[in-house]
Amino acid sequence: MGGPHTVVGKPLPRVDAMSQTTGQLVYADDLARPGMLIGRQLRSTQAHALIVSIDSSRAQALPGVRAVITGSDLPITYGILPVSQDETALAVGRVRHVGEPVAAVAADDAETADRALELIQVVYEPLDEVVTIEEALDHTRPLIHGDSSGQNVHRAAALEFGDVEEGMAVANHVREDVFWFAGNTHAALETHCALAEFDADHKLTLWSSTQVPHYLHRTLEKVLEIPATRIRVIATPSGGGFGGKTDPFSHEVVAAKLSMLTGHPVKITLSREEVFYAHRGRHPVLMWIKTGFQSDGEITAMHFKSFLDGGAYSSYGIASLYYTGALQTTTYRIPNYRFEGVRVFTNKPPCGPKRGHGTPQPRFAVECQLDKAAEELGLSPITIRKRNLVEPFTTTVNHLRITTCALDECITKVAEASDFSTKHGQLPVGQGIGLAVGAYMSGAGLPIYWNDMPQSEVEVKVDRGGGVTVFSMAADVGQGSTTVLATVVAEVLGLKPADLTMVTADTDLTPVDLGSYSSRVTFMAGNAALEAATKVRSRIVDAVAVKFEVATDDLVVADGQIAVRGDQSSGVTWPEAVRLAVAAAGPLIESGSYRAPDLAGPYKGAGVGISPAYSYSACIAQVACDAATGMVEVEQVWIAHDIGKAINPLLVEGQIEGSVYMGLGEALFEEQAFRGGLHRGPSLLDYKIPTSLEMTPVEVFLVESIDPEGPFGAKEVGQGPLLPVIPAIANAVYDALGLRIDEVPITPDKVIAATRAKAKGRPGRFGPTAAPEFLFPTLTRVEAPQEFAAP
Amino acid sequence: MTAQALTIRVNDKTHRVLAEVNRTLLELLREDLGMTGTKHGCQLGECGACTVLVDGNPVLACLVLAVQVEERTVITIEGLSTNGTPHRLQAAFADAGAAQCGYCTPGMILSAAALLDEEPQPSPERIQEALAGNLCRCTGYNKILEAVGVAASGSAD
Repeated sequence: MGGPHTVVGKPLPRVDAMSQTTGQLVYADDLARPGMLIGRQLRSTQAHALIVSIDSSRAQALPGVRAVITGSDLPITYGILPVSQDETALAVGRVRHVGEPVAAVAADDAETADRALELIQVVYEPLDEVVTIEEALDHTRPLIHGDSSGQNVHRAAALEFGDVEEGMAVANHVREDVFWFAGNTHAALETHCALAEFDADHKLTLWSSTQVPHYLHRTLEKVLEIPATRIRVIATPSGGGFGGKTDPFSHEVVAAKLSMLTGHPVKITLSREEVFYAHRGRHPVLMWIKTGFQSDGEITAMHFKSFLDGGAYSSYGIASLYYTGALQTTTYRIPNYRFEGVRVFTNKPPCGPKRGHGTPQPRFAVECQLDKAAEELGLSPITIRKRNLVEPFTTTVNHLRITTCALDECITKVAEASDFSTKHGQLPVGQGIGLAVGAYMSGAGLPIYWNDMPQSEVEVKVDRGGGVTVFSMAADVGQGSTTVLATVVAEVLGLKPADLTMVTADTDLTPVDLGSYSSRVTFMAGNAALEAATKVRSRIVDAVAVKFEVATDDLVVADGQIAVRGDQSSGVTWPEAVRLAVAAAGPLIESGSYRAPDLAGPYKGAGVGISPAYSYSACIAQVACDAATGMVEVEQVWIAHDIGKAINPLLVEGQIEGSVYMGLGEALFEEQAFRGGLHRGPSLLDYKIPTSLEMTPVEVFLVESIDPEGPFGAKEVGQGPLLPVIPAIANAVYDALGLRIDEVPITPDKVIAATRAKAKGRPGRFGPTAAPEFLFPTLTRVEAPQEFAAP
Repeated sequence: MTAQALTIRVNDKTHRVLAEVNRTLLELLREDLGMTGTKHGCQLGECGACTVLVDGNPVLACLVLAVQVEERTVITIEGLSTNGTPHRLQAAFADAGAAQCGYCTPGMILSAAALLDEEPQPSPERIQEALAGNLCRCTGYNKILEAVGVAASGSAD
């Protein structure tokens, strides 16, 4: 696998690029089926209320209405995680957030469906709202999931690795800081859409813009009570996901149910406003962090507390909670580490996984605190980080196995390119530069439901004309997974990616891949594709070697030919070689699979954070700030990413630039803001995302550490590069104005407030000052792994 | 709702349609004419995904009523290729990696096409400004701006 490669490592266009740019690519809402009805959902106007009654008789009577359903028609609970199945497709007895689906209709056209919704009368009995983390922890408030009052705690965790007290005791310098990371949302350009068709043979097909067809398939089986064998889920090309299409959703279940009831295909496309209610975006998190340092900057211990505002339902919440504590140790060697976290329920749309899932918030806190400590210790931001870097091929104190890690080189690259050491602390007032780093998983080490099967399977079939078809359930959500898999197979078979036929994300046609989440597809499906393609190649080479009476090692598979090494004219064409292989041993269909090694440490919660490999990123942002207006402009970003191996550098750069973009929006203006339980602006006019005018120039550096377990050495890129962007900007703002905005987004009002505080002699800071009182569970003490040697 | 008979030229083809007076151009294109290359992202004029050209000018099809384009010429993404040969912007977007999920791409390309028709050699700042009404959530825009620059310089041909 060492190279030289013919297609791996080349900046080739996506295999579907021309379908995209000509408008031919068919997304879920572009589909129409004969006799199709339009479905719509009635959503709660209340943040927290009992449903006293629902009268849908007038809607039922409206001409053109084919079905009306409510919670009692779909009473079975579901949820992405097996341990927290607390959602129903339509509210049963109670609503827990504004925008929660309460009833649904299928009608001949959209106008009739909308009119029918207006005719449904719901009588609510309002309950007290629980909106903030503090309210959720208030014992006198009503329980959102339960009938009494108490604390609205979804899950709490308390873990200690090593001995934090001892680590703090030996420190020369201990810092405590508190940070707030506001919630924000994915805002993919395509709104969610599902089209269900329950046919006369009682087979259900669901086309959906989902990232996880396999998990959706399992949910439909459970909720609709029909066998999985009669359900086909097809994930259509997605108009953006970012984690926002990774849960099973109400509209998917409802479209299926309405199709079963009416015998017609039913399509439900969410409006932009509805997407803000379906949400599953970034959790608002309050963080308290105490870290001990030696005077040379070496970290002796860290104690990290997180308080997550989960919204009304569980979603991925238990994983999200543990993620806020898991990856701190992947960048810096922390010999003693305590994590205490709690996720609460509130009467707001449920939070879930957004790009970086639970890790951008703690990364913001850790990187900002490290900068503060560096200043106090008289160290540069580079020195304090390099002092603590994890070594490649080590194990962290919380039992995460690290393989390749080129973070040192990443920091050096961006520091040199930006001239960081010359600029930091030296730029004129109003201009600043900041550094931060991050790490992310190349796929979650464990599947969402416990099983012993592969996490990814790929089949490669070759027809007698030489046509190669690759089958994988991996859903391309824009990240280019289909192109990556085509590139892997093409490389092995000596073909071009664009020559292959890719069949993806269809539960009838493709073998299981768990889905496009946790940056898992390149690593996991890539390895499965590599295995399948290698088997095909072996059969081809074996057959050709027999024909030419040469050893298989003497054959070269390249450029659509199989030739004897050193004698290109001796070869057979690819289709001829295929026919030889089929004649020799039958149909040319091979499969490959991947399952991550068993990496979980010996404690509850160890399943979160493990991964076969971690990507690393270092980011430097340069900003211009106006203290009078509070405006922050990011003038330039330099970012270096340890990708392992760039299978397609064009796509890798695209993921990095997109991550910088998304991080920029989160750092400076994106926020899911509420007034009580009511979303302040569920539209793209009110929820501002950066336009081409706010985007900054980005200089990207790819660092290739060639991971021994990744396909061709590759690791992830879709999520990791977002992590350091936000703290790099916050650190740059401090360098520019001497103000610590310990809260994102860093909006002008906060900058102005900190400026005024500083002018009055108070600390030039904006942010929370204390963590709420909360009794965490008894600490689970976990011994450091044997490999975690003392320094 | 009252329906009205309309004559509309879309991509060099004349369509005679009966449209409700409140039907948007976006609905007419996608649902009545089956031209789904034009996307919807918000239907409130916020995102630019439904950008089409009306008499050469970029407009948001979700904010224009079908009756307003009577006797006018509409170009959608499907009409930008010539006899199967993609427009140089379409090729440049593909080569530059300017599309990730691709959902904003048709609208983005039509806004860029309008710009290049008016101003064949726009400055980078002008490109940035002309595309500011088209949101993209994947790319961070830089590869899009680069693709438009390449198409403008003609090096995509």
